[in-house]
Amino acid sequence: MTGIVALYIFMLAAFTGYEVISRVPVILHTPLMSGSNFVHGIVLVGAMVALGAAHTPLEKAIGFVGVLLAAGNAVGGYVVTERMLEMFKSSGRPSKGSH
Amino acid sequence: MTALGGFGTGIASVQLLIQASYFVTAVLFIIGLKRMSSPVTARSGILWAGAGMLVATLVTFLYPGMTNYPLIGAAIVVGGGIAWWSGKRVAMTDMPQMIALYNGMGGGAAAAIAAVELYRGESPGLASSALAVIGGIIGSVSFGGSIIAFAKLQGLVKRSLRFPGQQLLNLLILAAAIGIGAAVALGIDATPSAVTAFFVLSIVLGVTMTLPIGGADMPVVISLYNALTGLAVGFEGFVLQNAAMIIAGTVVGSAGTLLTQLMAKAMNRSLGNVLFSGFGDTGGPATGEVKGSLKPIEATDVGVMLAFAQKVIIVPGYGMAVAQAQHKIWELCQLLIDRGVTVRFAIHPVAGRMPGHMNVLLAEAGVPYDLIADLDEINAEFENADAALIIGANDVVNPVARTDKSSPIYGMPILNADKAKNVIVIKRGQGAGFSGIENALFYLDNTRMLYGDAQKAAAELIQAIKAVG
Repeated sequence: MTGIVALYIFMLAAFTGYEVISRVPVILHTPLMSGSNFVHGIVLVGAMVALGAAHTPLEKAIGFVGVLLAAGNAVGGYVVTERMLEMFKSSGRPSKGSH
Repeated sequence: MTALGGFGTGIASVQLLIQASYFVTAVLFIIGLKRMSSPVTARSGILWAGAGMLVATLVTFLYPGMTNYPLIGAAIVVGGGIAWWSGKRVAMTDMPQMIALYNGMGGGAAAAIAAVELYRGESPGLASSALAVIGGIIGSVSFGGSIIAFAKLQGLVKRSLRFPGQQLLNLLILAAAIGIGAAVALGIDATPSAVTAFFVLSIVLGVTMTLPIGGADMPVVISLYNALTGLAVGFEGFVLQNAAMIIAGTVVGSAGTLLTQLMAKAMNRSLGNVLFSGFGDTGGPATGEVKGSLKPIEATDVGVMLAFAQKVIIVPGYGMAVAQAQHKIWELCQLLIDRGVTVRFAIHPVAGRMPGHMNVLLAEAGVPYDLIADLDEINAEFENADAALIIGANDVVNPVARTDKSSPIYGMPILNADKAKNVIVIKRGQGAGFSGIENALFYLDNTRMLYGDAQKAAAELIQAIKAVG
């Protein structure tokens, strides 16, 4: 991928992120922050590639920590976002009376 | 992928499969985020994004020339397992610091990618090295800063560390990190010790930048670090020529920046102000300035007052959530509604720990949306309210934000609870708020303090209202 194509991707992705969020109601700010936190968990694939190409013990150690942290970001981000949004479903159809 | 060209046709078709899968992942992420920005579709949004992550992770195992599979598998199982276990267990009230922690891990991972590339020292070109360094510093700052944000909200770090010349020191650390980073990128000094110094300085910068920031500003800071991690992931994506990382990282970087601005705006503070002024930098909270006394009241008296009120506005805060009182409070509200009392919930934009956090907690208790009003909607109604019931909220109802120019929270929009005919404050003890500022509302003539745990107090109020008959 050439530098200029990379720049185009960067620019278009930045506008996409801005547009996707621009009309979000305040009630969803926390889940959405959590959701976007999950999305940058994609760093996992990069960490996997880095560890997969590591040769020296130092590279392997850093790569291992990288994959460990990235997996934590992706899995943890998913679990907490899913838990939060789960409750929005139940309040979207409020049950009569409390429990 | 030009960088990996020249392989056989078998590898070329695997490459095509990987690239196609990353493309699908990017599309799934964007659709997922779009769906997460509306309450109706939000729940399916995370499923779409989750599917994208699964596709990308599985296909990455097919990457040509990969080694160290046992290490990769072990790291995913351990890291993912711990995160799964902690994510399932964490209480809703502790969500913000958990997000900070996971976000810090992502920043650390981005920095680790940069570190592997830079320690290897076989620079594939200036642009690549420069991007690795930029992503490295951003990821390291996000890593160090997020860990401190987590520690502060978790109560592991209680005080905000401030000393004269602190900003200057941070500036010096930043300059040193940039200087060494530039030397590494340009190949002037790309020795392992220079790379190590670069990463240590960057992480220290994240820590020292975050230490002076007060707990009340932490949501904005977490959101900022979330955006920074996205950006770091995007930059490392350029280094690795990985389109999924570039797109997902950049989307989060820009979306996170916008979200950070929205939050800062809700608190009437600029981002620069949050980061560099130091909340309450004037040398500790001004405690002695509030006049009057705290006037306690019994639950039975409050019960009578509420039962015969026409309109009651409830202002929930983080304290209510900590005491897990939202279910009892909702039960109390239903009793009042049955008696013909008009009940509304007033939500400050930063109630809880970050915007929308309180809505999550009330939704958990089953409070319908139409009873919940935000600051702009409700503020004019306090004048007509017979009682404002403050439960575990503090800074967001402190009238000094309107009047006292020397107060650190001056200018922050607040809920005008002091305008209600009676103000009842349910509070555990006599301590100051999360920001450490004394609350003038508690000392007003129309304010009464109901001391005790929020859940117990709510139960007593329910008994008192039932006793009225």
